[in-house]
Amino acid sequence: MTVTQAAPPPVASDTGPAKTQTRAPRRKPGGNNGRKWLEIALFAGPALLVFISFVIVPVALAAVYSLYNWNGLGPLDRFIGLDNYVRAFSDPLFIKAIGNNATIVIASILVQGPLAIAVALLLNRRMRGRGLIRALIFVPYVLAEVIAGLSWKLLLSPRGGINAILEGIGLGHLAKPWLADPDTALWVMFGILTWKYLGFAILLMLAGLQGVPEELHEAAAIDGASWWQTQWRITLPLLGPTIRIWIFLSMIGSLQLFDMVWVTTKGGPVGATNTMAVYMIQYGQGQYGYGSAIAVILFVISLIVALVYQRFAMRRDLAGAITSGVR
Amino acid sequence: MTTLTQTSTQPRPAPAAPLNAKKKPFNLGQVWVYVVALTVIAASVGPVAYVWIGGFRRTADINANPAGWPDPWTIDSYLNVLTSNRFWGSVFSSSLVAIGTTAGVVILGVMAAFVIARYTFRGRGGLYALFAAGLMFPVTVAALPLSIMLRDIGLHGTFPGLIIPQVAFALPTTIIILVPFLRAIPNELEEAAAIDGASRIGFFWRIMLPLSGPGLITVGVLAFVNSWNAYLLPLLLMAAGGMPQDLWTLPLGVQQYSTQYSADTGAVLAYTSLSMLPALAFFLFAEKRIVGGLSGAVKG
Repeated sequence: MTVTQAAPPPVASDTGPAKTQTRAPRRKPGGNNGRKWLEIALFAGPALLVFISFVIVPVALAAVYSLYNWNGLGPLDRFIGLDNYVRAFSDPLFIKAIGNNATIVIASILVQGPLAIAVALLLNRRMRGRGLIRALIFVPYVLAEVIAGLSWKLLLSPRGGINAILEGIGLGHLAKPWLADPDTALWVMFGILTWKYLGFAILLMLAGLQGVPEELHEAAAIDGASWWQTQWRITLPLLGPTIRIWIFLSMIGSLQLFDMVWVTTKGGPVGATNTMAVYMIQYGQGQYGYGSAIAVILFVISLIVALVYQRFAMRRDLAGAITSGVR
Repeated sequence: MTTLTQTSTQPRPAPAAPLNAKKKPFNLGQVWVYVVALTVIAASVGPVAYVWIGGFRRTADINANPAGWPDPWTIDSYLNVLTSNRFWGSVFSSSLVAIGTTAGVVILGVMAAFVIARYTFRGRGGLYALFAAGLMFPVTVAALPLSIMLRDIGLHGTFPGLIIPQVAFALPTTIIILVPFLRAIPNELEEAAAIDGASRIGFFWRIMLPLSGPGLITVGVLAFVNSWNAYLLPLLLMAAGGMPQDLWTLPLGVQQYSTQYSADTGAVLAYTSLSMLPALAFFLFAEKRIVGGLSGAVKG
């Protein structure tokens, strides 16, 4: 659908001459249009081709499979309409999984976002050992989820490092089977995820802060602004686009959460840490039609969240981007 | 080197404060910054240190006291891992896949991002939206159809059969990060280049690419780390495709090893910590280049 938009007829490109003139006066409008489209095709073509063949097409195939009762091997001939979808939405375990995803989405934004901004603001200054500090904060992000998950699983097991340390410092009453308690397992999981992904958020925020000109801070200081005023009135607004993009990436990541849960709890205990993707692999193996239906639901939910978010939160970024190249 | 950043941490913003504060060696705000930094570092590195140190302990000692210090220190577990073929096979395999993926996605990504950032044409918004929508396409959704497709073209269980889909799935993030970078390069530069007779392509090669170096490094590092850490696609496209176990990527190898030798905690810890090492070494190296590149671009 959107694909067709990518290659419209060349002639149609100069819809509004007036608009083209108010934009950066680049090349003569209407000039060598053929050459322009050739360049566009040469530059964007390879990426588009790979992306469509290996992302869009397989996903479309999954949508087709979701209408069948299929084990992934035999012929695709047992069409069952929307039965797979009905089954998914009448399974309390799956509903629970959706709720868990929602919890992690919201908690990530409310906890990780402010934390990352605060740390980034603190570290965005000249200080001794700055490079080393930054590097060490990124360490968890660099680790594979599998490796981080295995490490935390060992640490948090009933006879693992955390409980042993708690007992060692006289807090033995706090020791518990962290990932095996249905009441708290999701929050323990959220803690692991925060540990894992805070570094990435800080990395993005620091990169965004590099784009805030130091002259602005100097000007604000000359005008008598305090450090807090400067951050609140100047840095944060200019960091806006970075924050909005981070929220976007974080939401999508939380919705598609799989590796960490799979390695540590496999969604347990009794579905307490289940996510949509984990549920899909658990129940989709061997019943590929059903698994595909879950995949499509996961996809549609992600898409709606993303579209709504882009429409209302990122509109300014995109609008600015498309209507003018200058800021 | 004490400049504004220090003075501005003063609680009272007296107009004269900047001049006075310059003479102070440090102030309370700066100490507080270090306290926060050390706390965050301890939380970040602590669990990793536990795994590393645990690798120097004997399994019997770990079982007796999970939080103890190595006594005696033993490197047997590490030596066993370092002399095994499967570890080095995994390192080779992960490196090959990560380098291939990074090269592919940076080249394809910067070309597409250039078009989206600097050309005006109908469908540009649609093109951007298409790639952005890719962020919402979970690898899990595509995995089985992908493996069937790859089987049909004879690439299932091969290195290209893993690298190409990983490039495809890494394109959205790359393009979304690169577009603002390329867009931020002032139009005046492009106009100047045009006046000097450079074509659009010439502008891309001579001005855009050198100036977007920090952005390219950022997306390159992200692509490399993501590929290095990937689990699901290697599992379904490599392991399920019949790639020999000695050539599985590290995350697959670690998971397999920890299942196989779950009783030998010391060995699992050693294998896990050695698996962290290549990615950590790469990142510690690349992180300096990122920060250096970024500050270079700003101060330039």
